[in-house]
Amino acid sequence: MAEQEKGRDGLIAEIEKKITEAFEVFDRESNKTVDGREIGCIIRSLGCFPNEAEVQELLAKIEEPDGFVHLENFLRVMTEVLLDRRFQPIPEDVILHAFEALDENKCGYITKEDLVKHLTEEGERFTQEEMEDMLVVALDPETNTLHYRDYRTKLVVDETKIFPFNV
Amino acid sequence: MGSGSSVNVNYKYSLQKSENAFKAAVLIQQWYRRHVARLEMRRRCTWRIFQSIEYSCEQDQIKLHNFFSYLMDQFTPSSSKERDFISRMFISGESYKEAELEKYCDYESIEVPDSYTGPHLSFPLLPDHATALLEAFQQKQQLHARYVLNLLHETRKHLKQLPNISHVSTCYSEEVTVCGDLHGQLDDLFLIFYKNGLPSPSKSYVFNGDFVDRGKQSLEILVILFTFLLIYPKEVHLNRGNHEDHMVNLRYGFTKEVMQKYKVHGKKILRMFQNVFCWLPLATLIDQKVLIIHGGISDTTDLEMLEKIQRDKFISVLRLKKRKESSRKPQIEAVNGESEAGTDAAGNEAAPRLSLQPQSAQAPNTANRLEFSRWLRQTVQEQIDTCRRLMDISESEPEELTYSSVVSLKDVDEPCWTRQEEWKQVLDILWSDPMPQEGCRENKVRGGGCYFGPDVTEKFLDKYSLQFLIRSHECKQEGYEFCHNRKVLTIFSASNYYEIGSNRGAYVKLGPDLIPHFVQYQANKTAHMLTMTQRISRVEESAFRALREKLFAHTSALITAFRSYDGDNTGKITLSNWATAVESVLRLGLPWRMLRPQLVRSTEDGMLEYKSWLDDLAMEQRSQEHIQSSLLEVIYRNRSNLETIFRIIDRDHSGLISFEEFQQTWKLFSSHMNIELTDDGINDLVRSIDFNKDGNIDFNEFLEAFRLVKQRPS
Repeated sequence: MAEQEKGRDGLIAEIEKKITEAFEVFDRESNKTVDGREIGCIIRSLGCFPNEAEVQELLAKIEEPDGFVHLENFLRVMTEVLLDRRFQPIPEDVILHAFEALDENKCGYITKEDLVKHLTEEGERFTQEEMEDMLVVALDPETNTLHYRDYRTKLVVDETKIFPFNV
Repeated sequence: MGSGSSVNVNYKYSLQKSENAFKAAVLIQQWYRRHVARLEMRRRCTWRIFQSIEYSCEQDQIKLHNFFSYLMDQFTPSSSKERDFISRMFISGESYKEAELEKYCDYESIEVPDSYTGPHLSFPLLPDHATALLEAFQQKQQLHARYVLNLLHETRKHLKQLPNISHVSTCYSEEVTVCGDLHGQLDDLFLIFYKNGLPSPSKSYVFNGDFVDRGKQSLEILVILFTFLLIYPKEVHLNRGNHEDHMVNLRYGFTKEVMQKYKVHGKKILRMFQNVFCWLPLATLIDQKVLIIHGGISDTTDLEMLEKIQRDKFISVLRLKKRKESSRKPQIEAVNGESEAGTDAAGNEAAPRLSLQPQSAQAPNTANRLEFSRWLRQTVQEQIDTCRRLMDISESEPEELTYSSVVSLKDVDEPCWTRQEEWKQVLDILWSDPMPQEGCRENKVRGGGCYFGPDVTEKFLDKYSLQFLIRSHECKQEGYEFCHNRKVLTIFSASNYYEIGSNRGAYVKLGPDLIPHFVQYQANKTAHMLTMTQRISRVEESAFRALREKLFAHTSALITAFRSYDGDNTGKITLSNWATAVESVLRLGLPWRMLRPQLVRSTEDGMLEYKSWLDDLAMEQRSQEHIQSSLLEVIYRNRSNLETIFRIIDRDHSGLISFEEFQQTWKLFSSHMNIELTDDGINDLVRSIDFNKDGNIDFNEFLEAFRLVKQRPS
């Protein structure tokens, strides 16, 4: 039992170090606070895939009135998130199905117009900027379509290079 | 009702379809946002890597000082040869009186051959000359040495008339454009002129220092800026930066650039530059409300003092650590008859400087270290005396500094005769950085100037009724950044400073309302065409290469650190301990756990075999197996300092030093660094790279052989 305890303590210590590191990258003034708007980014770079609603929920628990988040609060909340393995990565095939759902004719690609319509008008809407950024990489410039299998593979490859840690 | 139910089915089907589409959209957005967040994290980490490596390089300057201090204080020369060698390091090349300067750096005798197809300059300069130069440089032509020297002479004449603090008024020129560091990146200057227009009677510019070093076209930038300065003296203003300093140029590339481009007249040109840099104004004031300085301020910055000092005394602002020289003070007092325990500079600053002019060129002829030191101090003392005598003259006629007295003061490169405070004023202006915390403390990272807090800024602005400060000196990802509650603006004009895609450059425009308007840019077509992912990947690769080299350079220390976590000698450590160990050795303050996946390729069950990891790192570097591995490490760690030392020894700037000098340098250096280096070791070094040219060592080639991080192509 003691071994297990030690093991778990060690694990928690390591998790806390990782969270602190990620937090500090965004801590502009080196004063252990971060702008609340960057919290989503930090959570995601720790290996989690929350959606916007989930990010907001988390933020609501720790955001100060001035919009900033303190390290100690973030640490507390985030450690639990990681221990509980919340906001798990979206499996590759699920994403594939999601793209396929938008591909009405099942032809392997989605037109620019359809893509824009779905992602900026539905779900947790993309901002103009987000949409443009995605299109720059995702679209095949000649046909103005998104070949989603290739795109998904491409992004997954990038990811696996970088995936930060295994709990 | 058949149709009704089919309508219902259709409706249900399309409802489900749109529900599915909605859910799909959420998933895709979720997944995509995760991807973007990861990119952002990578971008920031990369930035941190570059910054921490850059600042740790600045620490090299301190290490260099330590080396020279060591030579002075602790090292016992074992032979007269060795002593001669050391003393040569502390003896400057030549220094000149004004008339001699004219004679030595004379340009009139230099013939411009008919075969020369570059631009011709005649004085006084006209706007056409400027356009001709811009075109010529765009076509990669080179300005003839004669014109360069002529231009420098005229520039110096002009600068000498200017006060230490330039005054600009927006009521005359309407708008003022302020540019930050350019660091030899000519493309950025072209981009600024393209976007903003050339300097003209209706277009004022302030260039806030650091025109040179690092980039490969420092010379062209200076020629262009000086040309515009002379054509439009009312509209163009230049501030001195910390890189307008020959000691810094030795390390960071300007000296090398000039010597490579002007093989015959390079030395003269460099000498002239020294005498132009020291005349650059120290600050610019807009409408008495906005102060522009290169670095920053400190809690002792005094504009009145700054206005009055003789700025040309500070040819180089760098100096060694102060030493306690209580034994010397009595001598000084005796000479001056002052009872005051030499505040000055004279007392403390006589710590051996890198360039002193001995009255007699003879080295002491005993093997006694004490004798040697005494000789050196005596030499220094003589300098102090000369200066003091001249000082006395000039101080009695503050407004009428005679030409000759000003000139004579410049005979000595180092300001050992100025007051400590004056020197500090200039140092602080050129080298300081803002910090978020309150207070003011020594800037240990750069080895000069201060870190100043928002309270220092507030007090300073209040004292002089200013609205805000504009400074440069630090690279910013967006080209500019506010801090201290928008009271301090950093403007940085060298885009892609660390690597293509690393950052944008910017300039700021101020109208009579003094509200800043920014224009950002990035000088490189390829950067635009790359997607964000590609840009980040490229910069990232470059950063990690540099980081891996740093890791390699600390191999021995890392092994020791790893072993301390591997009590059972299994050869493995946990990834967590890896991160802690690496930070304890490198001290770069980097998020190692975030960076680990890019640095550590293979792990088994969460453990790292550290020896083979280090071996892999070593393999990436150039393989010089026959050289002592510890020596290799030393070279990597100290390459920048070694280069500077070689350049100091290479007084005629030929790029070659004798084999003996090379050997001597290594002996001294290894003694200081406490590494064992046998004669065989040195010979191996020499033989390993075939750079021996009739008994001389081309140290540029030598150093290139140990450079892994490739220079960016120009």
